[in-house]
Amino acid sequence: MPILETVALEKRFGGIVAARDVSLAVEKGARHALIGPNGAGKTTVINLLTGVLRPTSGSIRLAGRDITTLLPHQRVRLGMARTFQINQLFLELSPLETIGLAISERLGLGRDWWRVVGSRPEVTGEIVEVLERFRLADVMHERTAILPYGKQRLLEIALAFACRPQVLLLDEPAAGVPEAERHELLATIGSLPEEVTVLLIEHDMDLVFSFADRISVLVNGGLLLDGAPEEVARDPRVKAVYLGEEIDA
Amino acid sequence: MNAMTPVADDVAAYLARRARWSPLEIAFWVFVFATIWLFPGKYLIMKDTAILALFALSLDLILGYAGIISLGQAAFFGVAGYFSGLVAKYGFINEPVIALVCSGVVAAALGFVTSFLVLRGSDLTRLMVTLGVSLMLGELANRYSNITGGADGLQGVDIKPILGLFRFDLYGHNGYVYCLIVLFVCFLIVRRVVYSPFGLSLRSLKGNTLRAAAIGIPVQRRLIAIYTFSGGLAGIAGALLTQTTAFCSLDVFSFDRSADLLLVLIIGGTGYLYGGLIGAAIYKFLQDWIASLTPQYWQFWIGFVLVLIVLVGRERVEAWMSAVRAFLVRLGTRLMTRTAALGGAPKGR
Repeated sequence: MPILETVALEKRFGGIVAARDVSLAVEKGARHALIGPNGAGKTTVINLLTGVLRPTSGSIRLAGRDITTLLPHQRVRLGMARTFQINQLFLELSPLETIGLAISERLGLGRDWWRVVGSRPEVTGEIVEVLERFRLADVMHERTAILPYGKQRLLEIALAFACRPQVLLLDEPAAGVPEAERHELLATIGSLPEEVTVLLIEHDMDLVFSFADRISVLVNGGLLLDGAPEEVARDPRVKAVYLGEEIDA
Repeated sequence: MNAMTPVADDVAAYLARRARWSPLEIAFWVFVFATIWLFPGKYLIMKDTAILALFALSLDLILGYAGIISLGQAAFFGVAGYFSGLVAKYGFINEPVIALVCSGVVAAALGFVTSFLVLRGSDLTRLMVTLGVSLMLGELANRYSNITGGADGLQGVDIKPILGLFRFDLYGHNGYVYCLIVLFVCFLIVRRVVYSPFGLSLRSLKGNTLRAAAIGIPVQRRLIAIYTFSGGLAGIAGALLTQTTAFCSLDVFSFDRSADLLLVLIIGGTGYLYGGLIGAAIYKFLQDWIASLTPQYWQFWIGFVLVLIVLVGRERVEAWMSAVRAFLVRLGTRLMTRTAALGGAPKGR
């Protein structure tokens, strides 16, 4: 059974169909990439998956449970976390506080208004683990606003990871990262634990083909193809799309 | 035992240090309580300052932490003010502390109900909705003058001794001590809240509600909770005013009262708990001092000071402050090492 599955997902904005008949199946533990040219509907699909948008029709299932009508924060609690294409961070907090916040929330301590943050050893231990995994320990006391962009990008992923998701949605994680900091970022993404399912939305074909074991191609709001990387690389229609030609489907 | 890495030590130490009382904070509160003996002739204005400080603290909690801007804190202040006056007048609750807590609960209930209006929309709509609510309540109080006394104010409020022991005296001594204790207790609670996981999540709401929801924080519910809590605090401030003056008039709901509160926070700064307290002290001091110089034009000078603050920028003022603080700390350590060198040896014998 796929861990994340959509059935005939459709989203219209007035007369415009941003996603049509998207039936996507992401297997547990997969490194699944969703690619497509600009305007193909990738962002719409991720917004539907995470609950920012409600689909016009169709359904979404996470680990066998229908989550189509759940609110974003409820989906997070059921094990799906995302990163954003443009950093969405808490600029006034430090990485340590940011990660501590996510972990406290996940453990259900967010309603606790009396005990001091981190008064429980398990929280401290996990903060350390996440900070070290994402190479943020050296900047953990800095204000997020003044971190170098590459570190902010790492924090963007670390924050989603701290929610301990079963499925992690990475929306163009390498976007805008300068060459010098790129290696660190890709290495960190590459070493995510195997049991975490990753759905990667990406433009960068090098990253996609070095990372993914399965690729779905989205064109004009619909799924064009779904297959192993070699298959997708060979497919003439995909080549055509990326060369900017019209497709005869 | 598991071996602690340096990073783990650092994280644990940081988290432990985060909520600890700094010497500066302790000094602040020692000074605040010392004013009881330092300025015995100033009880009335100091009492008003304490009430304003508590009121400003309630706004700081939603503005400085959760990022909700409001021009309607007077709604809570006023409702609790009238509530505490009425229960005392008709003898429903004769003990002031119990009446105070009940007033806070009533104001919090109002906060809960109105939070649903406030959470919709942007900052501008929030300003208008909060202002509208307090003005409407003010009109209601005016309309039902048979209960509230209308424009003449609520007469015949008889406040019994606190805990049945301490009478509100003419000099305002007991009233001031009472206000200070209430302020301090409320501050302690707020301080706990701010350093809790709940408090941390509030700061994330101020920063970025989109991301807050994306890490599993129920944004709406958190905002409702803090707005309710803040309403309760503002209500306690309002009830303090009624109890210490044995009077309540329509101006508890006035626009000025909410607007002054924003001024106080502009002077004192937001988001570090002491902004409302320091701002209230400076505001009241300026008001008192300038009014004694030019009774007619004091508002002009207050405005002038505000313009100066905005022009100079708080960052610069803060930079000066931290330079002064660093100097004091250096001075302090030097004095301590010197006294230790001089006095340590004889004591050791």
